[in-house]
Amino acid sequence: MQTSTQNPNESTPKVVESKRQKRAGRIADHASGGVTALLVKIGMLAVVDAIAVYALFILFLRQDWVIFAVVLVITALVNLVYFKRGLLPLKYLAPGLVFLLIFQVFVIGYTAYISFTNYGTGHNSTKEDAVTALIQSAQYRVPDSPTYGLTIVEQGGAFNFLVTDPDGDVSIGNTETPLTEVSNAEMSGDKAVSLSGYNSVDFTDIVANQDAIAAMTVQISDDPNDGALRTPDGSSAYLYLSTLSFDEAADTMTNTETGVVYADTGNGAFTSPDGEEILPGWSVVVGAENYVTAFTDESIRGPLLSVTAWTFAFALLSVATTFILGLFLAIVFNDMRMRGRKFYRVLMILPYAFPGFLGALVWAGMLNKDFGFVNVALLGGAEIPWLTNEWLAKFSILFVNLWLGFPYMFLVCTGALQSIPDELQEAAKMDGANPWQVFRRIKFPLLLVSIAPLLIASFAFNFNNFNLIYMLTNGGPRDASAGINVGASDILISMVYKVAFSGADRDYGLASAFSIIIFLIVAIISIVSFRQTKALEDLN
Amino acid sequence: MRVTNSSILKAGALATVAALALAGCSAGGNDSADSESGTTLTVWVDADRAPVLKEAAADFTEESGVKVKLVQKDFGKIQEDFTAQVPSGKGPDITIGAHDWLGGFVTNGVVQPIELGDKASEFEDVAIQAMSYEGKTYGLPYAIENIALLRNTALAAEAPTDYNDMVADGTAAGTEFPFLIQVTAEGDPYHMYPFQSSFGAPVFGTNEDGSYNPEDLQIGEGTGFAAWLAEQGAAGLLSTSITGDIAKEKFNAGASPFFITGPWNVGPAQEAGIDVAVDPIPSAGGEVAQPFVGVQGFFVSAKSKNTLAANEFLTNFIGTEDVQTALFEKGQRPPALTASFEKAASDPIVAAFGEVGATGAPQPSIPQMGKVWQFWGVTEAAIIDGGDPAALWTKMTADIQAAIAE
Repeated sequence: MQTSTQNPNESTPKVVESKRQKRAGRIADHASGGVTALLVKIGMLAVVDAIAVYALFILFLRQDWVIFAVVLVITALVNLVYFKRGLLPLKYLAPGLVFLLIFQVFVIGYTAYISFTNYGTGHNSTKEDAVTALIQSAQYRVPDSPTYGLTIVEQGGAFNFLVTDPDGDVSIGNTETPLTEVSNAEMSGDKAVSLSGYNSVDFTDIVANQDAIAAMTVQISDDPNDGALRTPDGSSAYLYLSTLSFDEAADTMTNTETGVVYADTGNGAFTSPDGEEILPGWSVVVGAENYVTAFTDESIRGPLLSVTAWTFAFALLSVATTFILGLFLAIVFNDMRMRGRKFYRVLMILPYAFPGFLGALVWAGMLNKDFGFVNVALLGGAEIPWLTNEWLAKFSILFVNLWLGFPYMFLVCTGALQSIPDELQEAAKMDGANPWQVFRRIKFPLLLVSIAPLLIASFAFNFNNFNLIYMLTNGGPRDASAGINVGASDILISMVYKVAFSGADRDYGLASAFSIIIFLIVAIISIVSFRQTKALEDLN
Repeated sequence: MRVTNSSILKAGALATVAALALAGCSAGGNDSADSESGTTLTVWVDADRAPVLKEAAADFTEESGVKVKLVQKDFGKIQEDFTAQVPSGKGPDITIGAHDWLGGFVTNGVVQPIELGDKASEFEDVAIQAMSYEGKTYGLPYAIENIALLRNTALAAEAPTDYNDMVADGTAAGTEFPFLIQVTAEGDPYHMYPFQSSFGAPVFGTNEDGSYNPEDLQIGEGTGFAAWLAEQGAAGLLSTSITGDIAKEKFNAGASPFFITGPWNVGPAQEAGIDVAVDPIPSAGGEVAQPFVGVQGFFVSAKSKNTLAANEFLTNFIGTEDVQTALFEKGQRPPALTASFEKAASDPIVAAFGEVGATGAPQPSIPQMGKVWQFWGVTEAAIIDGGDPAALWTKMTADIQAAIAE
C-alpha cells in the first residue's frame, strides 16, 4: 500500500487552490470526520488488500492468470480510488461498478462465450479428461477370468505384483516384466503374502501410493494380447483387456476389436472416417453453430414463431392486466371516503407474500379438471379443462399471473398516487375538470413518470417467467401428434429448457445461445421503451 | 480526507466480497487438494444415508487409515452437480446416485468402472445389471426400488389374478374408484409400464448380457397396449386428471381397494389407518407385468485420485451385509445385497416389493431413453383422453426413432 508517502488529511495543500475549492474542501473535511475516519478507512482497506493478496497468492499457485489479473486490477483500482484526492463521483460509484462487473457483465460475457462452444452432455470437459475417461472405461475384465490373490511387494522403490492364481501357483511381475512363476513365496492361507528379497506393502502404504499402483498393468504373458493384470483395491487382481488404444503421437483412438481409427477432427470428439463419434468428447469452440441450430433445427424452427408470439402476448397481457387491476384498486383504496382501507390493503398484498411457484402449484391443483376446487366446488362439478385445453391453459396462466402480480402493481401505484400533490387535483377541479379528466390528464401522466420503468422491468421479468409456466402447465397441453416437445403454453425460456435439456441430455451451448438471443430481444425492447419514457419525464 | 464513512464501509464490503468471490470461483478445489495427499476420501451422500455411512466410514478409517469426508447433498441435485464438478476437479471421489443417471455419467466421462470381482454374484442380478453400462459395472448397488400393487385388505381380501379380476374386485368393493394409478395430464409412462410390458412391448430390446440395445427400439410393438389404453380411458378407469397426490389422498381415504405405486406411499397409507398388503401388478395383456426397477448405488469419479481406497471402501465396507442392512433400516428400500435382502424380507411388505422387483426390468439408463420419455407420456395421455390409439402410437414410435437417429 502506498499510504505512507501521502497524507490526504494534510491541512495545508501543496498546490494553490482557488477559494471555491478551499471552501469545498473544508466542507468535505468537515463531513468526513477527520482522523478517526482516516484510520477506519486505512484499516478497512488493509483488510480488503490482505484478502486480495491472499486470493492472488492462491490464484498464483493455481496459475489462474485471467482471474489473477482481474483481482489485481480491481484491487489496484479500489486502492487508487479511495486514496487519491478527488475522484469523488468514483468513490460513490466504485462499489456499484464492481458489482455490476461481477454480477452482470461477467455473467453475460460468460454466457456468450458458452454459446459459441459445444459444452453439454458428452462435451463437458477437456480433451485430456476425455482420453482418461475413454481409456478407463475401455478396460474390460476378460470374461470368466479368475480372481487373483494379490500382495503388492516393493523392491528398490519399484512396486511388483505378487499374485496367487486360483490353482495356488505364485508368480511375480511388474509393469516392465510380465509374470514369472516363483516357488519360494511365504503363504498365508491360499495367498502368497511375501517373498524373500521384497518388502510387502501394507494397506496404508498402498493407499499412499494408490495413484501409481492403480495405474500398474502387469502383462500375464509376453503377448500383450493375452491381457494384463490390474488391481482395483490392492488386495486382488483381475485380468483386463482394452477395447481402445490411444496413440498419443498420432492423436488417435483405435478400436482394438474392429481396427477402426478415430481421429480428432476438431469437432470435440474422436471421430471415425465415416463420421461415428465416441463419447465422452470434450468442449470446443464451435463458432456460430448453436445460433444456426436455433434458427434452422426443425424441432425448434417449427414452433418458434408461435412460441415467440405467445411469449410477447403473455408478457404484454400480464403487465397490462396486473397494472390495470393494481391501479384500479390503488385508486379505490386511495379514496379518503373508503372505510377500513388498511385492512383491505393488507388483504390485497397477501398473494404477494406467497412464494410465486408455490402459488402456481396450488393453482395447478385447484384448476384440475375432475378434482380441482374451481370445478368441483365453485362451478358445481363442471368439467372445464382449465389446464388441458390450449386456449383455456393460456387464459389460466394469465389469470394466475394476474393473481400473483397485481399486489405488486397495487403497491407501487398506491405509492405513486400518494406522491402526487393534492393541489394539482384541486386546481384541476377549480378549472372545472371532471374526475375522469383529472385522472386522465393529471394523475395518470404523472403516475406513468414513476411507474413506466417498473412496467418495463415487469415486462422483462414476465418475458422470462419460467417458474409460472413450469409449475402451472409445464408448457402443456402438448399435441401428441405434432412430434415436437413443445406445448401450447410454452414461452421462449421454457421451450429452450425443453429443447436444450431433454432427458439427461444437457446442451448448455444451445441453451446459452438462446439465452443471448432472449437477452438481446429484452434489451432492445427495454432500450426503446426507456427512450419513450424520457418523453414522459418532460411533462414534469 | 473527503470520503464519508459509509462509502468506506461500502468499499470495504465490496472489495472483500469481490476478492472472496473471485478467489472462491477458482480456488474452491480444496476437496481435490486434500485428496492429493492420499489420505481423504470425499463422499457425496444424501441426508438420509449420511448417518449410516458415518459408521461405515469410521470403521474404514480405523482399518485403513484413510479419512472419509462425508458431504451431505440434496439427492435431486447430485446428478447435475456431479456432472459439472468432476471435470473441474472439484467433485468427490464417490457419490451416491440412481442407476438411471449412469448413461449420462458415462457419456460425460465422469465415472469409472469398478471391479466387484466375485462379489458381483452376492448382489441381486437386477441390481448389478442396472449398475452396468456396455458390459461394465460402474456402481456398487445398495437398494432396489420398484412399484407394485397396494391393496387395502379391508376392501379386497385377495390379490387379483389379472387386470380384469382387479377391476371386477374393485367395482364389487363399491368404492369411488375400482383402482388408482397416477396418470397426470402429461402421462406417466413409469407407472403405466407394467401394463405395457404385459403386452410384450418393452422400450428397447436387450443384448445377450441383459443390457439394453438402443438400436433395437421395440416400443412400436405396443399398439395392443395403446388400444387397451383407449378402452380404459373410455371406460373411465384411467384418467389424466389423477395426479400422484390425488391418487394417494383417495387411497388413504379408502376410496379404492387398489393403488399401483411404490414403497414411498406405504407409510402414509398405514398412518392413515389402512391395512396394506403388497401384491404383484396384475397383467393386462397376458404376459408378466414387469415394473421398472430403479437401483440406488455409489459411483466412483473418473478423476478420483484415490481409486484404490474408493474401491476398497465400496466393495469391502458399503458392500457388506452389516452396512447394507443398516442402510435398509434407514431407508426401507429392499437391499441390493442378497444376504441383507433375505434378512429384510422378514417384513412382508419389503419381501413383497422385492418379489415384484425380481420380476421387473431395470429402467433403461442409456442416454437414448431421454428421447423416449419426451414423447411417451404425452402420447399415452392423449390416447387415454380419446385420441386414435393406433395412429398416435405409430406417430410416437416414428418420432422417437427420428429423435434417436438425430
